[in-house]
Amino acid sequence: MPDNRYEKTPRPGQEHFVAPPEDVQVGVVDAVDVSEAPSSLWQEAWRDMRHRPLFWVSAALIVFVILMAVVPGLFTSASPKCVLTDSLGGPTQGHIFGFDKQGCDLYYRAIHGARASVTVGVLSTIFVVVLGTLIGSVAGYFGGWFDTILSRFTDIFFAVPFVLAAIVIMSLLQDRNEVVVAVVLATFGWTSIARITRGAVLGVKNNEFVTAAKALGMGRLAILGKHVLPNAAAPIIVYATVALGTFIVAEATLSFLGIGLPSTTISWGGDLAKAQEAIRVAPEIMIYPATALAITVLSFIMMGDVVRDALDPKARKR
Amino acid sequence: MTTTITLTDGTTEDAPVPAEKRDDRTPLLEIRDLQISFTTATGTVNAVRGVDLTVYPGQSVAIVGESGSGKSTTAHAIIDLLPGTGKVTGGSISFGGRELVGLHRKQVEDLRGREIGLVPQDPMSNLNPVWRIGTQIDEALVANGFQGSRVERRARVVELLGEAGLPDAARRARQFPHEFSGGMRQRALIAIGLASRPKLLIADEPTSALDVTVQKKILDHLEGLTDELGTAVLFITHDLGLAAERAEHLVVMYKGKVVESGPAAQILKDPQHEYTKRLVASAPSLASRRIQSAHERGAEAEDLLAEHADEVEASAPDVVVAKDLTKVFRIRGSRPGGHSDFTAVDSVNFALPKGHTLALVGESGSGKSTAANMVLGLLEPTSGTVAFDGKDVAKMSAKEQFALRRRVQPVFQNPYGSLDPTYSVFRSIEEPLALHRVGDRKSREARVRELLDMVSLPQATLRRFPNELSGGQRQRIAIARALALKPEVLVLDEAVSALDVLVQAQILTLLNDLQAELGLSYLFITHDLAVVRQIADLVAVMKDGSIVEHATTDEVFDNPQQEYTRDLLAAIPGASLEIGG
Repeated sequence: MPDNRYEKTPRPGQEHFVAPPEDVQVGVVDAVDVSEAPSSLWQEAWRDMRHRPLFWVSAALIVFVILMAVVPGLFTSASPKCVLTDSLGGPTQGHIFGFDKQGCDLYYRAIHGARASVTVGVLSTIFVVVLGTLIGSVAGYFGGWFDTILSRFTDIFFAVPFVLAAIVIMSLLQDRNEVVVAVVLATFGWTSIARITRGAVLGVKNNEFVTAAKALGMGRLAILGKHVLPNAAAPIIVYATVALGTFIVAEATLSFLGIGLPSTTISWGGDLAKAQEAIRVAPEIMIYPATALAITVLSFIMMGDVVRDALDPKARKR
Repeated sequence: MTTTITLTDGTTEDAPVPAEKRDDRTPLLEIRDLQISFTTATGTVNAVRGVDLTVYPGQSVAIVGESGSGKSTTAHAIIDLLPGTGKVTGGSISFGGRELVGLHRKQVEDLRGREIGLVPQDPMSNLNPVWRIGTQIDEALVANGFQGSRVERRARVVELLGEAGLPDAARRARQFPHEFSGGMRQRALIAIGLASRPKLLIADEPTSALDVTVQKKILDHLEGLTDELGTAVLFITHDLGLAAERAEHLVVMYKGKVVESGPAAQILKDPQHEYTKRLVASAPSLASRRIQSAHERGAEAEDLLAEHADEVEASAPDVVVAKDLTKVFRIRGSRPGGHSDFTAVDSVNFALPKGHTLALVGESGSGKSTAANMVLGLLEPTSGTVAFDGKDVAKMSAKEQFALRRRVQPVFQNPYGSLDPTYSVFRSIEEPLALHRVGDRKSREARVRELLDMVSLPQATLRRFPNELSGGQRQRIAIARALALKPEVLVLDEAVSALDVLVQAQILTLLNDLQAELGLSYLFITHDLAVVRQIADLVAVMKDGSIVEHATTDEVFDNPQQEYTRDLLAAIPGASLEIGG
């Protein structure tokens, strides 16, 4: 095509136009914006969370539940003694929830049940995160045979129904306490987090900053620990928060079935089982442990939701 | 290039009138004082602030601007495809005399595809991978109200694909997107865009993801096609050279405003606005010679260039020598246990003289990055050697190899992936020093500050995180980090390819200054021959794993020996334009 475009007179609306210089200030190319305070991804996530009401609601609930677990004395000074004459008694002065069939104070038991649930939930989550992250990150980062073997190993555990396996194991054990329950739950509960970690690690390990670290001569384990895992942490944290709730449910299930914590330990699951015996005569007894359990689990799941939204790179503004 | 179009059925009511017969004095598209804003958590962002734009029937117009200039937003507003919270807050868009702002969703949908077609940017993600190509074009026909039986539609699909320049169209229509190369996908997208013979085609960076030679072929084809059909084309591009070559009217946008518009040739020859001047000055495709380092800039250019060429041939010792370098990858075959060999790099020889820049140029799949990774010691050569100062890397002990890491450092392409987002700028730059146990805490911090100065970033950047910085700034930090250990060689793997033109020019100048100051040697890996001219002393052109041409930059540009090199040079957008650099 002959280049005669310059010679042609431009058509109406297409005349040569130059914006007045004062109209658009041409800035320095690629200047650094120093107006805002520096912030890392985590600080941004925090800033994001701070503006969500759901975060404050779930945080308040979690703090409340943890206080119940650590210093139950703050909430109740009732006597742990059960008096049979109070059996199924209604709310009275100092016993706002009333009594169960054995004549135990329901308010006292609802408050004290938090310790068992929170202990088991936190312990099993810690075990699961350690085990799952270890297996998942090794499988994802080293790949090859490691990955094949570890992934199949994970699949085998994944195929075992989590609660069913826990029931079988628990019923074989004589000496049951919070740590034992947590270990048993963690033994069958780590698979999801291993898979999540593996996926996250696979996503991070091909980044150029990982290659750059290799080019610096950094060792493989150091890269995994210093660069890959911190960047894969977000989904792990989100899952762990939600998992904490589900482990509390699992503990309650086992205790309800009578193979979780021994009856000497106050737990919401155990109380639910006891309330069930009297469900025809006094159904209201069941409400207190069930509500406490539901609120605890809900608060962790809501928190997981908030954290996920805050850490989700797609939802982030920049 | 030949373009033969047989307009299908005789009944082409919605086919446009041939360009000659049309009244081309009334504008097809007229945008006046367009305002677009986005609502974000922190407030309202005015992305487009008063844009005027006129497109006549059959004309090609280009909007040029850097990322964030509002060019795509303007184009997407025409067919009401603004993402997220984007809203037209003022002005008018009139198309064929009809006001588009405030139209009902249904009415806009009728307009999309039928009257205004769109060729989207990324051919990789704009085709649905689970559907056959033919089905997707068929879908476009149905959506745009194609009247005719299934059989007729099928025939039309094949015809459209053939028209878009895909040979063996009937078979191609039955294939899936993953069986297509990037260029073929873009052709399929063009077929979809032109399926209903729209009067206006919006081409949003239609070829920026493709190799230059493919880009040229596709743009040539598109030009022929739209000329024949009388379709007006609105190009959205960051590449001034491409815009000037393909469009008669240019609109230069900056920060949501039009800073200059007018006939393409006039703007290029005689830019008036400060920003346009900068853009014309730094467009690599328009530049005609090497960027000079800071202290050279004062001196006479001609003499220095000649001097430079002599230097290469004469004295400088080679820092890196690659000899018969070969890399064979094993690719898993279709049967379990089966595999085939793929030679990514095939006995390649090159030498990097001290203090100079060797560019490895090639299109995707040419093996240039594989070669670079072998130089970096990230990949082990299948055969052949890489030698530093005459010492074979493969024969070094582990300790010597670790020490060698300090002497060769990489800078990668993706400014968003090359820095760890969880590390502050300080930690990122300090990491190499800490790893190699250089100095104590205090001296390391001093060194980091010095490095920031070197790449001209303010000290205030120190405590910031990569997510707060722009692509160009990240790339500066990646360079500072690479320089931390005082290396002798930098391997720059497409280090400026992802950046806006002005930022790219800035980084190239920085690299040049650093080279002069620190006596660095660069191995510069790129697909962009235009950039090569600005920075390289020597060029090795790679194709399918082999070096096809290896000479000084001036020789390669002025007197290319190979057909392939000539193709590459011709494909640089704007190469045909005569403009004084």
